[in-house]
Amino acid sequence: MIWNESKECMSRDELATLQSARLVKVVNKVYHNVEYYRKKMQELGLEPGDIRGIEDIEKLPFTTYEDLNKTYPFGLAAVPTSELVRVHASSGTTGKPKIGVYTRRDIEVWSECVARCLSMAGITRDDIIQVGYGYGLFTGGLGAHYGAEYLGALVLPMSTGNTQKLLDMMIDCQATAIACTPSYLLHVAEDIEKLGVLDKIKLKTAICGAEPWTDEMRDQMEKRLNIKAHDIYGLTEICGPGVACDCEFHKGLHIWEDHFLPEIIDPATHKDLPAGTDGELVITNLTKEGMPLIRYRTKDLTSLEIDKCECGRTMARIQRFKGRTDDMLIIRGVNVFPSQVEAALLNIDGTTPHYMLVVDRVDNTDTLEVQVEIAEKFFTDEVRGLEKLSNEIHNKLKSAIGLNAKVKLVEPNGLVHSDGKTKHVIDKRKLYS
Amino acid sequence: MFVKQLSVFLENKTGRLNDVLSIISGNGINILSISIADTSEFGVLRMLCEDPAKAHELLKEHGITSKVNDVIVVSIPQAVGSLEKVVRSLEQNDINIQYVYGLSLDDEGASIAMKTDDLEKTLEVLKNENVKLYSQNDM
Repeated sequence: MIWNESKECMSRDELATLQSARLVKVVNKVYHNVEYYRKKMQELGLEPGDIRGIEDIEKLPFTTYEDLNKTYPFGLAAVPTSELVRVHASSGTTGKPKIGVYTRRDIEVWSECVARCLSMAGITRDDIIQVGYGYGLFTGGLGAHYGAEYLGALVLPMSTGNTQKLLDMMIDCQATAIACTPSYLLHVAEDIEKLGVLDKIKLKTAICGAEPWTDEMRDQMEKRLNIKAHDIYGLTEICGPGVACDCEFHKGLHIWEDHFLPEIIDPATHKDLPAGTDGELVITNLTKEGMPLIRYRTKDLTSLEIDKCECGRTMARIQRFKGRTDDMLIIRGVNVFPSQVEAALLNIDGTTPHYMLVVDRVDNTDTLEVQVEIAEKFFTDEVRGLEKLSNEIHNKLKSAIGLNAKVKLVEPNGLVHSDGKTKHVIDKRKLYS
Repeated sequence: MFVKQLSVFLENKTGRLNDVLSIISGNGINILSISIADTSEFGVLRMLCEDPAKAHELLKEHGITSKVNDVIVVSIPQAVGSLEKVVRSLEQNDINIQYVYGLSLDDEGASIAMKTDDLEKTLEVLKNENVKLYSQNDM
């Protein structure tokens, strides 16, 4: 079902006109209200009047994580704090989180975007949906929650961490839809099979995001649970989940171009690339009030298709993600940068900064093993001394990255050192093909 | 009257113990006893050998983490209750044993190597108990 046909199916010409008007407006807004952007534009000799429409987009400066870091937390806010109602955050590369701030209207626009996605997945106000994303600074829980309420569905705010409760409520309340990470859903599927309760559940739709997944995973969850599964995309800095979603034809993720202006650039030359060409996804917030980002470099590698979809929507489709331009890992839906692990380890006496992250997917759940070289001066003949060190590393990592990692102490020089750049990650999941 | 023990960090990998032993014995150092404390992730090899300082250097050259530390080596006579007597005397003095392992040093019977949370005090207690203690020179 199409939630907002006048937008989702508007002609590309009409869309371009709308985007141009909105771009001019947002550029004016950040120029006059965000000192950081004004300076950036002035450095390029740009004035708001130079941007007359989307054809001028390439004149504008990019926004990167480094910009967010420099202006953390509210330096890019375009309205006073009194206008803001919410903050969300996810991990940044160097300790400072990436945050997004929202006005009341931003929450409403975001909710509508999520509602469009849910609707695209066939979810209606008659559905009972379990939200199995974490509630908190992470955008997943509250984002899906508000969107589902906006749609009018009955929401069960399950959050994460208690699969038994999720299953009990799924059966008791006859939930028909679920929003969670794809790996978690497969984990849930396993429990359903183990308990032999497949005939007791009424689930028909899943809307999964927060981590990249494959067609094989979709096939698996659809077959095992007898449901339809859809992929939802988003990022905290831009708004959260609901930036894009795939329809029943699964020909890519429709991005809501009336709110998020997408570009694909060559990460090396920074030039815009035509539709169908692989490059880095760049997004401009066209309607956000709280913290509109101009040409934000997502570091996600993909391409865009702009021909009309069989579903009737005209909104461009983000194709399968090919990887990242940085070393960010997404583990159980959590963004993890090797540099965060490094910083945490440097704060612990007893370890050299030599480490290796081994990421795998075992029984459909992401696993993270952190191998840490043990410095000779801190080696002890007592096992409990070594176990204490191992526990300390585990706890420091837990607070730094928010994940329970399995810590393995290894002999110095035991880690693979490749030539020149030290390799810090072995990802066995093969998520990007 | 302490004895120098060589402790070695071992990853749980096939052949790791052999690597260590061959480095040490390959350089003509006689190994008197070994004991391994193992966890699911790693092991700590504890050994008494003739020249622990040299063995430590040799292992270091091969990139293997080790450390030399003090332990107490006590002779346990061939009689019922002799080990218990030693352990009880430590308990009565509030000394906690961190680890202990057996070894055979001469023909007189068994010996044990032990590490406690207070080695100096342990030595005092054992001297009063009239048990035979070994020194590094006996190794």
